[in-house]
Amino acid sequence: MSELEGMTAKQKLAYYQEKMYQDALDGKAKGELVCWSSSIAPCEFCEVMGIHMIYPENHAAAVGAKHGALAMIELAERRGYSLDICSYARINLAYMDLLVEEAKTGVTPKELEECPGPRIPLPDVIITCNNICNTLLKWYENLAVELNIPYIIIDVPYVHHWPIPEYTKEYIADQFEYAIKQLEDLCGKPFDRQKFIEVQEQCQRSVNAWDRAMGMACTVPSPLNGFDMFNFMALIVCARAKYAAEDTFNTLADELEAKAARGEDAFKGGEKFRIAWEGIACWPYLSHTYKSLKSLGCNMVGSTYPGAWSIHYTVGNMKEMGAGYCKMYSNTCLDHKVDVISDVLTSTSSTGITYHLNRSCKLMSFLNVETAEIVKERTGVPYVSFDGDQTDPRNFSPAQFDTRVQALAEIMEQNKK
Amino acid sequence: MSKVETILANMKAVAANPKQAIADAQAKTGKAAVGVLPVYAPEEIVYAAGALPVGCWGKATKNISKARTYLPAFACSIMQSIMEMELEGVYDDLKAVLVSSPCDTLKCMGQKWKGKCPVIQFVHPQNRNLESANVFLVEEYKLVRKALEEALGVTITDEAINKAIDVYNENRQAVRKFLEVAADYPQVIDPVARHAIMKARFFMDKADHTAAIKELTAELEAMPKEAWKGKKVILTGITAEPDEFLEILKEFDIAVVADDLAQESRQVRVDVPEGDEPLMRLAKQWQNMYGCSLATDRDKDRIPMICDMVEKYGADAVIYCQMKFCDPEEFDYPLLYSKMEEKEIRNLMIEIDQQASSFEQIRTRIQSFVEMF
Ligand code: SF4
Ligand code: SF4
Repeated sequence: MSELEGMTAKQKLAYYQEKMYQDALDGKAKGELVCWSSSIAPCEFCEVMGIHMIYPENHAAAVGAKHGALAMIELAERRGYSLDICSYARINLAYMDLLVEEAKTGVTPKELEECPGPRIPLPDVIITCNNICNTLLKWYENLAVELNIPYIIIDVPYVHHWPIPEYTKEYIADQFEYAIKQLEDLCGKPFDRQKFIEVQEQCQRSVNAWDRAMGMACTVPSPLNGFDMFNFMALIVCARAKYAAEDTFNTLADELEAKAARGEDAFKGGEKFRIAWEGIACWPYLSHTYKSLKSLGCNMVGSTYPGAWSIHYTVGNMKEMGAGYCKMYSNTCLDHKVDVISDVLTSTSSTGITYHLNRSCKLMSFLNVETAEIVKERTGVPYVSFDGDQTDPRNFSPAQFDTRVQALAEIMEQNKK
Repeated sequence: MSKVETILANMKAVAANPKQAIADAQAKTGKAAVGVLPVYAPEEIVYAAGALPVGCWGKATKNISKARTYLPAFACSIMQSIMEMELEGVYDDLKAVLVSSPCDTLKCMGQKWKGKCPVIQFVHPQNRNLESANVFLVEEYKLVRKALEEALGVTITDEAINKAIDVYNENRQAVRKFLEVAADYPQVIDPVARHAIMKARFFMDKADHTAAIKELTAELEAMPKEAWKGKKVILTGITAEPDEFLEILKEFDIAVVADDLAQESRQVRVDVPEGDEPLMRLAKQWQNMYGCSLATDRDKDRIPMICDMVEKYGADAVIYCQMKFCDPEEFDYPLLYSKMEEKEIRNLMIEIDQQASSFEQIRTRIQSFVEMF
């Protein structure tokens, strides 16, 4: 691990991410198994089995951030996928088609060659968990049918009334056992329960380090800006079960603590307002949205992202682990969603919030009006809403975004007085 | 008027004016009405409570105005209408409303009900092959039962639910039989009439619907079969409304010989199995459901199911009725399309929009589609 010595958190992030993609490609070439997984599905089981993990949402976000989304989206549309479908799904399903074509013909299609995102191998198994949305169930169902491979579903039923009922936890725990059985059948070897304990322990250490680093956004002024958080998120998604995540986030937390101790903030003293961002980033416009906010002195410190991967449970307790994967605010009722967002605003001392009305994401859009109103009533924090899409570049208007956040900055300025 | 004509006229009247139909049913039975949003719900529990379950599947609503505040334009067309009607107070006479959560849109709809009556939201499990999924669903149905008891001020016994299951199973069987028979009488049961019969189910006491359907089926069976010179199609999707669309099919001599619409055949596809514990019986019905975009299926059996239907009914084509902005259906389409192309099954996708103001484009597309045959 000597090559990691002295690396900054950012360097570690890049190093580990690249390594995971490369390991998966090399592994696939050697006949090892690869799994595609939704971003908050339990990673513990595949890790125990030594399966390489690829996260299509991460991958699609990377393709989007590197401006490769449109080419994939057009392919998906040609295949018959409506432009109303989540753009992550469209990118991934098109990418899968290209990989299949390559595997069949031995020729790399032009679009695949030119795709700016990292190369990923085809999966041998897929796992999804609908704690983010039910769109994932349909998306992965299509992958399973097209590729004719085992499909592991962790169904965490929508919590229409908080808290999570015991019977829901029992149902999820039983599905964990079924997932283990599916993996045993696929791998032709028994599931190592001792290793499972170790992997769960690693996940808890990674999540603690993640909490520690993300918690620094609560410091006023904040040494962390939320756009870095968007970037670091990739690793809590793909490396929760590995030392890589623990290592990187502890390094990040050390750096941020040192920065805070020196009294520095993320904008070199320019943090004028602290705001929260509700929803997914607009990856193709990451730089635009960042600069637009920065020019107004708005540091985005509040987000529901940190909480989404803050999955704590007692190691060895399947029901608790089930609850951990069920509690995401996206999977819970309006009341709980409001609680979560209000807590984010309070804990990060945010005085404004932007709601991303995401054309791709019905679940993270259709309760925005109600959420925004109740949160405002409860916390007094003003909000604005803008239209966007996490990866389809056609659904975002830079001018509208700028106008909306300017309006927010004006209200925050007034509220200061 | 012949008996057949009378029954059809009644069904059409019910389907065209649900408000009146519900009022009539209530006047006759003294029952309170409980709303049931798409797509599936344990209506038998409502029926067992002595109430009239009423389907709420939106309606042709050209102007969405009030709902705009609460639902972005990219929510499905049917929920746009429902939201508009919630805000207009259309559902305020209901004693309660049941909302399932099989798609992201419905999860949200259950949380943002704007009507006056209580909303009872519940979830179907999606890892459907597991016994633990049934156990989970029984617990959800217990909550539904309890909430209905509170809303209606009654006690719902197991015995009453078992009896309601019998009524519903009988209705499902009668409707399935009718659909089989109707396929042989396209001259009598045209697309508009067929839909009216299926839609009337949502506003009539199921026992009354069963009686009418059985009579209609018997009358049909007594009639001579005539050769059909037009085309035969299968409809698949969420709904095939409004009637203007079906009128176009009729105009071009296209008969609907079978369907896989959520509003129609999917409602009667699977009976509630035998058993002692009624809520477990209802849970197992969901486990046994197949061929639906909202019931997760690792093999997507909807695809071979539709291909088989084409063969069984000698259909000339499949029309994919794509509800505008319905993503579960949008995901199934490309795979089904590829399979149909591979099998050389003619197919056409039509966008279903309750907010449509003109049907000219659909008419042109249907016309050129028929000409291609
Ligand atoms: S963007 Fe929304 S719809 Fe797409 S996968 Fe994420 S949560 Fe689901
Ligand atoms: S998205 Fe589709 S399944 Fe969901 S409510 Fe709308 S029409 Fe129904």
